[in-house]
Formats: sequence, structure tokens, C-alpha cells
Amino acid sequence: MISFEMPETLSKTVVMMGSVAENMMRPVSRRYDDQEHEIPWDFISFMHEAMKAMGAGSLAPDRGVRKEGPRLGYQRLAFMIECLSWGDAGLYLCTPGGGLGAAAVEASGTPEQKERFLKRFSGDKPAFACMAMTEPQAGSDTAAIRTTAVRDGDEWVLNGEKIFVTAGHKSLVDTPGFVVVWATIDPAAGRAGMRPFVVEAGTPGCSVTKLEHKLGIRSSDTASVVLQDCRIPFDSILGSPEVETVTQKGFKKAMATFDATRPLVAASALGVARATVELLKELLDQQGIEIRYGLPRSLLTNLEREVIEMEVMLRSAWLLVLKAVWLADEHKPNTLEASMSKVKAGDVVTKITQRAVELMGPLGYSRDLLLEKWFRDAKINDIFEGTGQINRLIVARRILNYSSKELR
Amino acid sequence: MYGFEPSQEQQMLVDSVRRYATNDLRLAAHEADESGEFPHSVIRKGWELGVLQASIPEAYGGFGERSAVTGALAAEVLGWGDLAGALAVMAPGLFALPILSAGTEAQKLEHLPALAEGDWQPVTSAFIEPAFDFYPGQMRTAAEKSSDGFVITGEKACVPFADRAERTVVYAGVDGTPQGFLIPKGAEGYQICERERLMGIGGVPTFRIRLDKVHVPGSARLGGADGHDFAPILAASQVAVAALGVGLSQAAYDYSLAYAKDREAFGVPIAQKQVIAFMLAEMITEIEASRLMVWEAAWLMDAGHDASKAAYLALVSVSDAAMMVTDRAVQILGGHGYIREHPVELWMRNGRGIPAFAGLAIV
Ligand SMILES: Cc1cc2nc3c(=O)[nH]c(=O)nc-3n(C[C@H](O)[C@H](O)[C@H](O)COP(=O)(O)OP(=O)(O)OC[C@H]3O[C@@H](n4cnc5c(N)ncnc54)[C@H](O)[C@@H]3O)c2cc1C
Repeated sequence: MISFEMPETLSKTVVMMGSVAENMMRPVSRRYDDQEHEIPWDFISFMHEAMKAMGAGSLAPDRGVRKEGPRLGYQRLAFMIECLSWGDAGLYLCTPGGGLGAAAVEASGTPEQKERFLKRFSGDKPAFACMAMTEPQAGSDTAAIRTTAVRDGDEWVLNGEKIFVTAGHKSLVDTPGFVVVWATIDPAAGRAGMRPFVVEAGTPGCSVTKLEHKLGIRSSDTASVVLQDCRIPFDSILGSPEVETVTQKGFKKAMATFDATRPLVAASALGVARATVELLKELLDQQGIEIRYGLPRSLLTNLEREVIEMEVMLRSAWLLVLKAVWLADEHKPNTLEASMSKVKAGDVVTKITQRAVELMGPLGYSRDLLLEKWFRDAKINDIFEGTGQINRLIVARRILNYSSKELR
Repeated sequence: MYGFEPSQEQQMLVDSVRRYATNDLRLAAHEADESGEFPHSVIRKGWELGVLQASIPEAYGGFGERSAVTGALAAEVLGWGDLAGALAVMAPGLFALPILSAGTEAQKLEHLPALAEGDWQPVTSAFIEPAFDFYPGQMRTAAEKSSDGFVITGEKACVPFADRAERTVVYAGVDGTPQGFLIPKGAEGYQICERERLMGIGGVPTFRIRLDKVHVPGSARLGGADGHDFAPILAASQVAVAALGVGLSQAAYDYSLAYAKDREAFGVPIAQKQVIAFMLAEMITEIEASRLMVWEAAWLMDAGHDASKAAYLALVSVSDAAMMVTDRAVQILGGHGYIREHPVELWMRNGRGIPAFAGLAIV
């Protein structure tokens, strides 16, 4: 059936998260942007309790969701993330719980591993997890990572350097969390040898060496993580320890994480986009400028035209997100839709925020308003979880039925 | 609950429309665009798919319930086949659906059964006006109240099949509010001008109409003495045209994608060049995004919500997508795209019309 009826449980989620965003995030948004690297403990503790109260445990799709009834896990998450990012995209990334790290465990861990690694998120104290793929010499080209994992008896020994790890400091230093480290178990095998490993906070040989200073999402820490003869238990590998060069099964399964997380990053982008459109409309309204929907473009003022175009971009991108997470909840393949939603949301949020700053002139450029902050926050969505170009590649390979060799 | 899959019934309809669009509309489209008309047999076959008949309840000679979602799904596939052909096949809806949604019981009983039970008939509506700043909410054609009815004066453009239409719904402003009037052919002062020559949709004959103090009785007003709400008619039309535009875009995308995998340059299929592949990736993303806008607007209509804004935004979305996609389709074919032997230039010409076509189809 084709339906756009919002399930009631989701409406409730939106109301609740909307109120968190408005009352707990917006008032401190500017402060944590100004004070880069100050940890928003008030927000973190509040969110930890709030998520526990919601029975969610963490921002993860399969926990805290009613067992009976339709599966709404990813849809619910998309709505939550959109709302929180409407509040503040950087602070959203400081929401305790699993983040991308837990998503990886969720997607390819065994039941025992899930129990072992994910339990902490519903404990007394907040905890974080993160995901480390990127290295200084390898970002988009993930197959070029050099971090190695070598088996030594019933342990793996990890060596390498990871950069740009979102929430790396919170996961490894500030809370008893973990990092999911991507490493190769067979450098000669290329992609087929890549596996995610869980490294828990406090593991000797794993250290945070740097915190980046960024254009936006400044309240979210972006860390370098160095692994130096870092020993972890053998069963901390996610997926099979065998190298299947032909099927690349282990690699592909792990990559499935991204089908789940890309629409969620897109949802976050669109929270920022919605915040921007709403504020822009409010500011125009205060000036007595009304948007006359329904007119042909030739009769619209430029401001009206811009706002209407923004609304079209925002809504159509959101519907792509919704379809992608709906597919995930239905256990249907969504690689194409996930990447489409990410491409579109990355474009939309950058365009909308860039134009809003321009349209508001000196006010838009001023730090009195949050528009300039959202402009800075927005851009990351075209970069992480696969750049706009990489997601276009994924879409293109799917529709053309090309391998990564045929379309590089 | 959200849902993004047509029901089984809708899928069956879509499949049969797809067969028709592939085997009939597509094959006749080029010739129709050049010659100016589809063979009647093609239009009749499209009519026999029963898309319109299935939106008219049994009481009025049909066999179903109107659903904008179903209508939009069918329109998309017809538009994928050929826009002009789709407009021709759907033309009777321009007359029937406003009567179904806004007409009095007497108007429904007078017009609908004969239409639903018969062959495809050239009944139509006159909506668009020949002005750069035409906007449905403010028609220049005006209906002045008279002692026994209305006197209508104005000019209409893009009226499909006006030369042979026995009856036409003409929209005119009553104190500024657009209202439909059922006007028979031959009414005094109702002048059908020469066939229009347009950039695209060559396969469907359209005409200008001049109304010079056309007297109509009060009973000719859609909805009777109190008239009707115009907004749902406009929304249903925007949704229909938007759905057609999605289909047209999908057609251009499908064609250029297949071409890009086949055509080689510098030793590889051009699709292996990122500039081409990325164009295609963006095309499908915009098509899918605007398709969902159309679905949502249609769903809002079916669910009884106000769909005015959503339908307007959907049409804005599709208008941009259609232009972007059809332009790129021509680009991907290079010089060959510019040649009328390939359909992409026709899709590009048709695509440019989408923002102006509200009023030319309805679901
Ligand atoms: C704030 C922040 C947070 C991050 N969080 C994380 C995290 O938590 N975990 C993690 O692992 N990583 C994280 N990243 C890293 C991020 O995913 C990478 O920066 C991103 O994947 C791009 O890699 P790169 O920076 O090396 O750019 P490069 O890969 O060097 O790309 C440079 C440019 O080339 C383009 N390009 C590359 N390959 C192709 C191609 N085949 N075709 C066309 N164009 C191409 C790219 O699109 C880009 O425009 C984060 C980054 C930032 C800035």
C-alpha cells in the first residue's frame, strides 16, 4: 500500500524529541559552538536518562522497540535524529549510546557480541561508541586502509592510525565505550581482507592522540586514534575471521552497516535543513513577507521562489529518507535508496543553508543568529558517511549494474 | 503506517497500462508527434484500459472508486509511454472527474453514465489562458451573473479536442473565484479557433477558444446554484500533470541509461565515465524524490486532507526534475540526441511544458 500516514508512536516520538531539541539543545547551541571541545555533560546526562526512560537504551534501531506490531525501528530513529539535529547537529552527535559503533555491532555482530558490547548503553552511566575507518592516506578509498590485525593465539594485535573518528574521545577516554576499528587481516586480499574489530575503552595500546578543530559541528569531538600493538580478544572481530577473496562476503556484510546508517545521516542533515527553512520563514514573517504558494514562478518574488524551492527540496529529500528507512524496517534491500537519500540530503542541506545566509544578508552572516552556524554544520553531511561523490558512485553502479572496477 | 508499495490491485493496473504504453503509445508516439494526431484505434485501446471508468462509481456507470494515488500511478506510466498520447487518452477525465467531485446529482446522472459506458469520447475542459502570467487562482475569463444564469467572456488556450468536443467544462471566475461551467458545442458566442501550434505534445490537437458573452443557464454551473470548491480540482490536476511528468522523466532516464551503457567513446562505454554516470545517478535521485512528492499529494487527497500546497509543491518539484532529466538525456546522446529519430528531444520539448500544463489532465 502507498501511505503517508504517520504512525502514532512516531508522532509521539517527534513531540518528545522536539521538546528536547527546543529546551535542551537550542539554548546551549551557541555556547558549545563557541567553546569547541568543552564536553556538554548536562546534555549527555539528560539524554542518557531520557533514552533510558524511553526504553530505548540507545539510539539503535532494534532495542527498545515494541516487539509486537509493525517494525518501525529505523523509521523511529530517522525521526528522532531529524528532531535532535533540528536542535543542534553537533550536540546530536554527543547523544550517548552506540552511534555508528553500535550500528556496526548491530549489523554484523553475533548475539553474544551484541550482549557483550551493547549492554553498557543501558547502564547507570552514559557511554559512547564510535567507528574508525578513515586513515590519513585513505578516506573515500576504504580499500586502501593500512591498519592491520594479526592473529596471535586467542588475540588479535592491531596496529595503525585512524583519523576523524566522531566521538572518539568520548568513547575511549570520557566514558567506558568502544571503538569499532576497521583493519585488514590480509593486506594482500584487498577488500576481502577488511574486517571491523571492537576495541574497548582502556585497552592498552589504543590511545586518542588528537582532537580536530572544525568548520562546524564543533561540539562533536573528532579524534585521531592510534593503535600500537593493541591486543584484543579473538572474538572481538565482527564477522568471519576467514578471508573469502571470491565472495568478499565478510566485507560486504560489514558494508551493509552503511545501508542502515546513510539514511540516518541524511535524516540528521534534514533536521538542520528544516531548522533553517523554519527560521527563515519566521524571520520573513516578522517583516510581513508572506509566501504565496500556488502562484506560477513568473509571479513570485525572488524570496518566495527561494523559500518554495527550499520546501520542495526539503520535503522530497525527507521522503527519500523515509522510503530508505522504511525499506530497512521491512528487511528489504535499500543500498540504492540509502545512497540516493544521502546524495539528496547532502545537496539539500548545503544549498538551503548557503542560500538562507545569503538571503538574510548581514543578519544571516552574523553570529547573533544560528543561520551561519547551520551553514557551517551543514557541510559535513556532504562529506562523512561517503562523500556526495561516493554516494553518487554507489547509485550509479547500482543503476548501471557496474562493479567498482567498471566504474571507479 | 507509511507504505511505499502499490497494492496488488494497483500493481495489476500499472502492469496493464505499462503493456499498453510499451506496445502502443511508444510505437505510435513519434509518428503522432510528426503528423499531429494519434490513430483513433490507439486512443480507444487506451480508453479500454478503464482507468477513468474505474474511478467512477457504479451508480454513475463506472465500476470503482476514485483514487488519486491509483490515478497518479496510471498517469505516470501513460506519461512514460508518451505525454501527448497520455493527454489524449485521459481527456474525457477533464470533463468527467470535475463533475464527479463537484457536480450536482443531476449533472452526474446526465453526463457520467453515457461517458463511462461508452467509447472514448472527445469531451474536454477549457482551463488554461493565453497569458504569460496565467494563474489558475485568478482567471481572466469571467462569468457575470445575469437574470437567468451567467454570461461568460474570455479566452482559453490549450483546449484538447475542442474542435470535436460535444461538451466542455469551461472555467471562469465568478466574482474572482474560478468555477466550472458545462457548455455545449455550438453555444452562441462560443468560438473555436484554429488548432494551436506548440513546441511539443504534437500528437494531441489543442485549440484556443474565444467566449464572447456566452449565455449559460444557472444549471450549467458545476455544483449548481452554490457552485463548488475549485481547490480540489486544481490539486487533482496538478497531481495528474506532475505524475505524467514523472513518467516522462523516467522514460528519458531509461533511454539515456541504456544508451550510455551501449555507446562507446575513448574505448569504453560512456557510462563508465563518471560525468555521465553521475548525471544518471542525479537523474534517478530527482525522479524518485519528485515521484514521492506526487504520491504524497495524491495520498493526502485520498485521505481527505487539504492537498493544495502539497500538489503545488509536487508540480514544482516535477517541473524542475523533468527539465533537468530530459535536458541531460539529450546531452547523454550527444548529437544523436538532437535528431528527431531518437525520442529524447521530444521528451525534452514535452518536459518543458510540464509547469504550464496544470489543467490539461486530472486524476
Ligand atoms: C567531522 C568529521 C567526522 C568524521 N567522522 C568519521 C567517523 O566517525 N569515522 C570514520 O571512519 N570517518 C569519519 N570521517 C571521515 C570521512 O568519512 C572522510 O573524510 C570522507 O570519507 C572522505 O575521505 P577523505 O577526507 O580522505 O577525502 P578523499 O577520499 O581524499 O576525497 C577527496 C575528494 O575526492 C572525491 N573522491 C574520492 N574518490 C572519488 C571517486 N572514486 N570518484 C569521484 N570522486 C572521488 C571525494 O568525494 C572528495 O571530494 C569524518 C570526517 C569528518 C570531517
